[in-house]
Amino acid sequence: MAGLRLEGLSTALLRDVHLTLAAGERLFLSGASGSGKSLLLRAIADLDPHRGEVWLDDIPRSRLPPPEWRRRVGLLPSESYWWAKTVGEHWPASTTHLKPERLLNMLGFDTDVCGWPITRLSTGERQRLALARLLLNQPQALLLDEATAHLDPVNRSRVETVLEDYGNICNAALLWVSHDPEQRARLGGRRLVIRKNRLEPEI
Amino acid sequence: MSLIHLSVWDLALASGLVLLLAALSWRLHLGVERQVLIAALRSTVQLMLIGLVLKQLFAQTHLALIGLMVLVMLSVASWEVRSRQKHCYRGMWGYGIGALSLFVSSFSVTLLALMVIIRVNPWYQPQYMIPLLGMMLGNTMSGVAIALDHLTRQAREARGCIEARLLLGATWEEAITGIRRDALRSGLIPIVNAMAAAGLVSLPGMMTGQILAGSPPLEAAKYQLLIMFLISAGTGLGTVAAVWIGSQRLFDERQRLRLDRLA
Repeated sequence: MAGLRLEGLSTALLRDVHLTLAAGERLFLSGASGSGKSLLLRAIADLDPHRGEVWLDDIPRSRLPPPEWRRRVGLLPSESYWWAKTVGEHWPASTTHLKPERLLNMLGFDTDVCGWPITRLSTGERQRLALARLLLNQPQALLLDEATAHLDPVNRSRVETVLEDYGNICNAALLWVSHDPEQRARLGGRRLVIRKNRLEPEI
Repeated sequence: MSLIHLSVWDLALASGLVLLLAALSWRLHLGVERQVLIAALRSTVQLMLIGLVLKQLFAQTHLALIGLMVLVMLSVASWEVRSRQKHCYRGMWGYGIGALSLFVSSFSVTLLALMVIIRVNPWYQPQYMIPLLGMMLGNTMSGVAIALDHLTRQAREARGCIEARLLLGATWEEAITGIRRDALRSGLIPIVNAMAAAGLVSLPGMMTGQILAGSPPLEAAKYQLLIMFLISAGTGLGTVAAVWIGSQRLFDERQRLRLDRLA
């Protein structure tokens, strides 16, 4: 449905990035910490000042209001933040007609998780719920910053399944920052690595 | 009742108490004796000077001179707002946000008081205008400074939450709304407390002054009420303006949180 195209994107660490992801394509990005992976994702989501343009299919980012762009191109940061008291208060207001039960079940939660206080959640639970929160927006492309970093093997494979399903069913482009070489090999897809401020194919 | 004039000797006696305080601080190794003495000296010089200036000003009722005085008051107040911020805005904004909101609120409320309520003629008669404006600026300044400090501090601390909301498709106003409300509230609390405690805990400074200077207490109370109402309106207006401009400045045209705009 929606491909993602970066056109001359420059962040503090990467210069002039040109990159095209077809609709439904999965691309893994790796590189030493501090090499600028997260900054690149933040730039695509338009969270930091930078140069360059991003296209979602044939729509340039500059044509969309920023909130609309960020809903369509969903970024999952490596650390999740929660501003209200309970989990349910963080679900997007516009999708309340959409039932989160199935998604929550697939991520290993009962529906009563909506009433849980945030303070009760573990880091791993927060990470999975942050993914649920993001997917309820039904983004057309996903930017994932170490989506499984704090998870045990069972939950990691749950998250991987949810993301694979989402990419296949919604035909969404997935740009996935992952430190885990096994994960990159297991899930398959194009692989790039950041070396010396450049994007190169991972060998 | 008549005004009892204070002699130099009377003031010297009172200042002796400050010296005593400084001596105490030195004896107990509190380390504030220098600051106490300097502050006392500063206030002596400033107040005597302002007394002299006002004496001249009252004698003339010259619009240009009054304008100059007002300008000096406004710039000092905005400077004070800026210097009370832990993370003030970079560039002219650090100064400008305070100056603009102080100007809009204090001036409009003071003008209203002079022209509609007290009906001074001419409206810029300095004997009324300067003390009124001084009270307004002094109080509005605290409200604005507290609210802005709260806003910028909270925005820095809650960066993750603000950005998480932006990432989920919130507008900048939705993302900052809670912090903005808290900042407004914190700016208004001092004046609300002052109104609630007035007369019970302490006699407000202006009323005390009027009574000491020989005014009938009920007249003094009425003036004090007027001032309190004006001050709360002015503080409210100024705080709203400052928080509104300040929170807008925290985001850019692409609705990104721009903490790099804070020092």
